Amino acid sequence: MSDWPLLSLVTFLPLAGALFIALTRGEEEQVAKNARYVALWTSLITFVVSLLIWAGFDPTTADFQFVEKRDWLPDWGIGYHMGVDGISMWFVLLSTLLTPICILSSWEAVQKRVKEYMIAFLVLETLMVGMFCALDILVFYIFFEGVLIPMFLIIGIWGGARRVYAAFKFFLYTLLGSVLMLIAILTMYLQTGTTDIPELMAAGFSTELQTWLWLAFFASFAVKVPMWPVHTWLPDAHVEAPTAGSVILAGVLLKMGGYGFLRFSIPMFPEATEYFAPLVFVLSVVAVIYTSLVALVQQDMKKLIAYSSVAHMGFVTIGMFTLNTQGVEGSIFQMLSHGVVSGALFLCVGVVYDRMHTREIAAYGGLVERMPRYALVFMIFTMASVGLPATSGFVGEFLILMGAFEASTWLAAFAATGLILGAAYMLYLYRRVIFGVMDKEALKQILDLSPREIAIFAPLIILVFWMGIYPSTFLDIMSVSVDHLISNYKVALGDAGVAVAAR
Amino acid sequence: MDAITTLPVMSPAAAEIFLAAAAMVLLMFGVFRGGKAQEATSWLAVAVLLVAGGLVMSHGGDTTLAFFGMFKAGPFAQFAKILILAGSILSIIMSRSTFRQDSFERFEYPVLIVLSTLGMLMMVSANDLIALYVGLETQSLALYVIASIRRDTLKSTEAGLKYFVLGALSSGMLLYGSSMVYGFAGTTEFEGLANVFSGLDGQQPSVGLIIGLVFVICGLAFKVSAVPFHMWTPDVYEGAPTPVTALFAVAPKVAALALFLRVLLEPFGALVGEWQQIIALIAVLSMAIGAIAAIVQTNIKRLMAYSSIGHMGYALVGLAAANEAGVSGILVYLALYLFMNVGTFACILSMRRQGRPVEGIHDLAGLSKTHPGMAAMIMIFMFSMAGIPPLAGFFGKWFVFMAAVNAGLFALAILGVIASVIGAFYYLRIVKIMYFDEAEEPLDTAIPGDLKIIMTVMAAVTLLFFIVPAPLVSSAKAAASALFAG
Repeated sequence: MSDWPLLSLVTFLPLAGALFIALTRGEEEQVAKNARYVALWTSLITFVVSLLIWAGFDPTTADFQFVEKRDWLPDWGIGYHMGVDGISMWFVLLSTLLTPICILSSWEAVQKRVKEYMIAFLVLETLMVGMFCALDILVFYIFFEGVLIPMFLIIGIWGGARRVYAAFKFFLYTLLGSVLMLIAILTMYLQTGTTDIPELMAAGFSTELQTWLWLAFFASFAVKVPMWPVHTWLPDAHVEAPTAGSVILAGVLLKMGGYGFLRFSIPMFPEATEYFAPLVFVLSVVAVIYTSLVALVQQDMKKLIAYSSVAHMGFVTIGMFTLNTQGVEGSIFQMLSHGVVSGALFLCVGVVYDRMHTREIAAYGGLVERMPRYALVFMIFTMASVGLPATSGFVGEFLILMGAFEASTWLAAFAATGLILGAAYMLYLYRRVIFGVMDKEALKQILDLSPREIAIFAPLIILVFWMGIYPSTFLDIMSVSVDHLISNYKVALGDAGVAVAAR
Repeated sequence: MDAITTLPVMSPAAAEIFLAAAAMVLLMFGVFRGGKAQEATSWLAVAVLLVAGGLVMSHGGDTTLAFFGMFKAGPFAQFAKILILAGSILSIIMSRSTFRQDSFERFEYPVLIVLSTLGMLMMVSANDLIALYVGLETQSLALYVIASIRRDTLKSTEAGLKYFVLGALSSGMLLYGSSMVYGFAGTTEFEGLANVFSGLDGQQPSVGLIIGLVFVICGLAFKVSAVPFHMWTPDVYEGAPTPVTALFAVAPKVAALALFLRVLLEPFGALVGEWQQIIALIAVLSMAIGAIAAIVQTNIKRLMAYSSIGHMGYALVGLAAANEAGVSGILVYLALYLFMNVGTFACILSMRRQGRPVEGIHDLAGLSKTHPGMAAMIMIFMFSMAGIPPLAGFFGKWFVFMAAVNAGLFALAILGVIASVIGAFYYLRIVKIMYFDEAEEPLDTAIPGDLKIIMTVMAAVTLLFFIVPAPLVSSAKAAASALFAG
C-alpha cells in the first residue's frame, strides 16, 4: 500500500471522474443525473483515499512524506515532485472534504449544464489538491494558476446577476498578482538551477534579492488571501458565485495564499520576511478592523460573510508572521477552521437562497419559527465564526492572539478588537435573519432542512466541535513541521545576523 | 575559375529544389487538367510538401553549407522548416472545404502555397543577404497573389493590394539596409559579416552600418508584423479569405521570425549592444498594442491579427534576450503558436450560418449550447493563448521569459507579463461570449470532417502538452544550440 503513488492518486482521481462525465452521452436529464452521481462518488472516493494519507502520515518528522519524483523536463532539471508535510496535509484533506460537500449542495441548486458544472468542480479539485502536494515550484505554479480556469467558469456560468463582472475581476486580479510571482520563480530558478522546493528552501538568496522575490510572491499571495487593500475582488466573486463556488472559494482558494506564505515566503526569504513583517501586520490589522466595520453595514448575507472572510484571513496573516509556534500553528488552525466554518456559513446562506432566491438580509426574519433545525445549524456556525470556546474558531483565534501578544502587545490589542467586531456583525446578522417576527408573507411556507442538507452539514458540525474540543488531533500533526519551519527561520536569521556582525 | 566548373553542393537544399520543380509540375498539371483541378492539385501539393518534409528530416544533425556558402542547413533550419511545412500543409487541407462551400475553384491556390513555402524554406536557410532577399521575395510575391485570390470580391483585392504595397515598401527598406551594410562591410555573406563585426573588438561600428542594420530590422519587423510596422496586419487578415488568413497567421510568421533571429544572431551577433534595445522596444510595443487594440475588435479575424501581433511580441522577447535560451524559447513558442493558431482558425473556418461564413465575435454567442465540443476547443485555445497553465501556451511564455530573465532584462519581462494580463482580457471575452451569453441565432452544426479532425487534434495537443513537454522543448533546445555552435 505504501508503494502506491498516493498523492498522485488523490490528485488525479477527480480528473478521471471528470473525463468519465465528459464522455457520457444521451438524454439531458439522464446525463445530468449520471453526472451528479459520478461526481459525488468520485469525490467521496477521493476523500476516502485522502484519509489514507492521514492514516499513513508520520507526525514525528518534518520531512516531506509520500514523496514521488519523476523526470518531466530533464534538460532543465525540472521534475514532477510531490510530497506533503504536516502543514500541507491538512489542506489536502480540507480540499477533498469540501468538494463532495459542494457537489452535494449543488444537487438541486444547479439545474442548467449540470455536466459541465460537475466537470468544472472535479477539475478544480484536482488542481487544488495538486497545488498543495506539489514540491516543484513550476508544478506548483501550474496548479496554482490553473485553478483560475474552472473558477472563472463556475462564477461566470452559474453565478448571479453580475457574474460576468465578478468573474473577470476575479480572474484578472489574481492573474496580475501571479504573473509577478512567475518572474520571481524564473529568477530563483536561474539563480539556483533548480525548481525543487526543498532545494530552494535550502538555497539561501542574497538579502537584496530576497526583498524583490518576497515582494513578487507577496503580490500573488496577498491578492489570493486576500489582504487589504487588494481584497476587493473577493466580495464580488463571493456574492456572484453559486453557493458551492463560494464554499470552495472561501474554504480552499483563500488558503492557497496563506499556504504560499508558509511554503515559500517565510522559509525561502527569511530576511525579507523579517523586514516586511511589520507591513503585513499593519495591512492585517487594517483588514481585521476595517473589513469588520464594512461587514456590519452589509445588506447582503453573502457579502457580509465575504467581508468576514477578509477579516478572518487578516488574523491568519498576523499569526503567520509572528513566527512563533503559537502564532503559526494558530494561523494554520484558523485557516482550517475558517475553511470549514465560512464554507458552512455560505452553505447556510445557500439553503435559504435556494428557497427564496434572495440574499437580502431584510427579506428574512423570524426563520426560527418555521426552520428550527436550520436555526440551530446556523447558530453553531455563527458561534464558531465568532470564536466561542469549544468551537474550532476559538482555538485558532486564541493561539493567534497568544502569538501576537508575544510579538507585540499593540498588535494583539488591535487584533482583539476584531473579535469584538466579529461578534457584533455575526450576531447582528443572526438576529435579523433568524429571530424577530416572521412578518413576510413569502416566508410563511418556507421548509426546514431536508435530509440531504442535514447530510451536508453533519460532517461540518462534527468537525467544528472536534476541532474546538480536541484540537490536538490537528495540532499534533502539524507541530513538528511548524517547529522545523520556525527553527529554520531563526537559524537563517541568526546566520544573517552573524554575517552582518562580522562585516 | 575552378568554381565555375565544379557543381555546387546541392544535397542540403534537396527539399527546396524538389519544391521548386514540383511546383512547376503542379502548375502544368493544373493547367492541362483544367476545370475541376483544385481538389487533385490540393492533395498533390500536400503530398509534395510531405515529401519535402521527409527530405528536410533526412538531413542529418550537423550544420552544412551549400551553394558556396549561400545556403545553410542544420538542426535549427530543420526545426523551423518542419513547422513551416506543417503550417502550409494544414492550411491547404483546411482551405478545401471552405472553398468548396463557397464554390470557389482555383487550382493555382495550392500551387502558390507551394511556391511561397519554397520561399519560406529559403529564408530560413539563407546564409547571405542576397539569398535572404531571394527567399523573402519568392515567399512574398506568392503571398500577395494569394491574399487577393478572390479577385471578384472587393475586400480580398483590397487586402492583396495593401499587402503588396506595404510589403514592397518593407522589402525596399530591407534591400536598402542590405546595400548599406554591404557598402560598409564589404560583403553580403553572413560569415563574412560576422567576421567583420567581431573584428571591431568593441570599437563603435560606423554610422552607416548602424543605419543599414536599422533598415534591415525595420524590413524584417514588417514581415513579422511587429509594432510599429504592424498596420497592414489587421486589414490583410480581415480582407483576405479566411483560409488565406489561416495560412498567413502561421507559416510566414514562423519563417520571418526564424529569419529575423538568424540575421540578428549570426551576422549581426557581435552588434548585440546596438540592436538589443530596438528589439526590446519592438517587443514591448507589440505585446502592448496587440493586447490593448484587440480589446475593442468585433471581427474575429481582426482580433486574431492583433493576437498574432502580441504573440510576435512575446517571441521577440526571446530574441531580445539574445541567448541560446531565447532561441530555444522562440522555437518552442512558435511550435505551440502553430498548434493554437491552426486550431483556432479551423474553428473560425467552421463558423457558418445558413451556409454563409460569419466572422463577428458576437456570432459566437451561446456557442457552448449549440456546439459544446467546438466551444470547449475554442476555450482551450483562448486560455492557452492567454498563457494560463497547464495549457500549452503557458510553456511558450515560460521559456521566452526565462530567457529574458536570464539575460537580465527584468523590465522587459515584467512589462511582458503585465501585457499578458491585459491580453488575457480579450481572450476571456471570447470565452465569456461563448459560455456566459445567450445565443441569438445558432451557427450551422454541420462542420466539415477535416476541420473537425484538425481542431480536435490541435486542441488535444494544446490541452495535453503539459504531460510530455520534453520531446518538443528538448529538440528546440538542440536546434538552438546548433545555431550558437556556428
